[in-house]
Amino acid sequence: MYTASDLRKGLKVIIDDEPYIVTAFEFSKPGKGQALYRTKLRNMITGLTIDRTFREGDTFEPASLEERAMQFLYQEGDHYHFMDNETYEQIIISEESLGDAKNFLIENFNVEVLLFRDRAIGVELPNFVNLRIIKTETWVRGDTSKADFKPATLETGYVLRVPPFIEEGELITIDTRTGEFSKRVKE
Amino acid sequence: MAKNWPLARRKKALQQRARILQEIRRFFIEKGYLEVETPHRILTPAPESHIDAIPSGPWFLHTSPELCMKRMMAAGYEKIFQICRCWREGERGSQHLPEFTLLEWYRAGADYLSLMEECEEIIRSVAMAIGLDQKIIFRGREIDLCHPWERISVKETFHRYSQTSMTEALERNLFDEIMVQDIEPRLGIKKPTLIYDYPAERGALARLKHEDPSVAERFELYIGGLELANGFSELVDSEEQRKRFHLENEHRQSIGKRIYSMPDKFLAELDSMPSSAGIALGVDRLVMVFLNAETIDEVVTFTPEEI
Repeated sequence: MYTASDLRKGLKVIIDDEPYIVTAFEFSKPGKGQALYRTKLRNMITGLTIDRTFREGDTFEPASLEERAMQFLYQEGDHYHFMDNETYEQIIISEESLGDAKNFLIENFNVEVLLFRDRAIGVELPNFVNLRIIKTETWVRGDTSKADFKPATLETGYVLRVPPFIEEGELITIDTRTGEFSKRVKE
Repeated sequence: MAKNWPLARRKKALQQRARILQEIRRFFIEKGYLEVETPHRILTPAPESHIDAIPSGPWFLHTSPELCMKRMMAAGYEKIFQICRCWREGERGSQHLPEFTLLEWYRAGADYLSLMEECEEIIRSVAMAIGLDQKIIFRGREIDLCHPWERISVKETFHRYSQTSMTEALERNLFDEIMVQDIEPRLGIKKPTLIYDYPAERGALARLKHEDPSVAERFELYIGGLELANGFSELVDSEEQRKRFHLENEHRQSIGKRIYSMPDKFLAELDSMPSSAGIALGVDRLVMVFLNAETIDEVVTFTPEEI
């Protein structure tokens, strides 16, 4: 059990029976008044953020999430199918629960699926993933008039900005935390 | 090898801090105040609902020098000030340190209204002395320090900035939440704001207002939404003070906090204290305001995490 004084960024707690992660935290204490803990909390199922103020005596159950290694199989509408690497059991995660992670999933990709009370609520990606560019304009060497970046479409359909020298068909590394180009992969 | 860069970067702020401390001392010495030092380690803190002392062996580190300074007043010291470290358990945030520096001063014959004047005077005088303009920039706003500062009763702040009245807030036990969320961010925006006449139960050591005993003669100073000082006309009736301490202890017990023993020597001498007023001002926060610092961490040598 946590108390309000344990609150800090990144702490996962259960509120109204759902798992939340603390995304912002501030300690306040009006003159001679009680200690108040002001937080922003993101619902780990819906992704919605709420503001909540807690008092010193408030207690919380920790949100214990289980991580299980799974493979992404295929997408069907807004359903994403995964298979447990150990039990071969198949599960479905909705596009909404996946959030930005859906931009970096290709078939047979290995991820950690997060489960809350046996319900899959999202996936944990590695910080860096390699994906291929399927569409981008060709850069004319020596042309310096254009901007430093150009749009490129990944094999997942996700569009991001890459440096002009990157070409169609190339494999690049993406930082999944920011969704930005990181480096070119030498093949 | 491993140079402490965060500390090195604070050099300018710490030089300014030293100047501010010197100017505070100069202000009080010129006005005939005596600088005093009372023990940091004390037998028992004043029982107050929401202030927790850090134990030091069988004793405690003081949470403010209030009781000892009042004993000096009772013994005939009429104008005294002190700049000292104080400790409060569990207080850590961007505006809080569990160990912080307090400026506290008392004056015989004064009441909370005259202390509000003096509070204005010292802040303006120190600001000028360290070369600041009448208009300072803090938290992205221009705040005008020229006289007079804004004065609003606590009741009026609820009326102005909240949907809930002060009475209702007290009944529904929402006073602190409304203060923190709706009121404090709006105080001291164009000019510093003094809010006064707190509900009686929010001033355990303050005198009640003669014309309206439902409020205590207590005020707080805010600049740019930041609380800087708390002052009041002192309660000098030992019997009444003992009753209030018992009530505070009862409240502490009801919320699962340890109770503190009665500060008997203080109570025994309190009736000799002349009618006076006293105030505590957070020095770290004053430095924050003058230096336009975002967090309290920027104006101290070491935070608890850096020790």
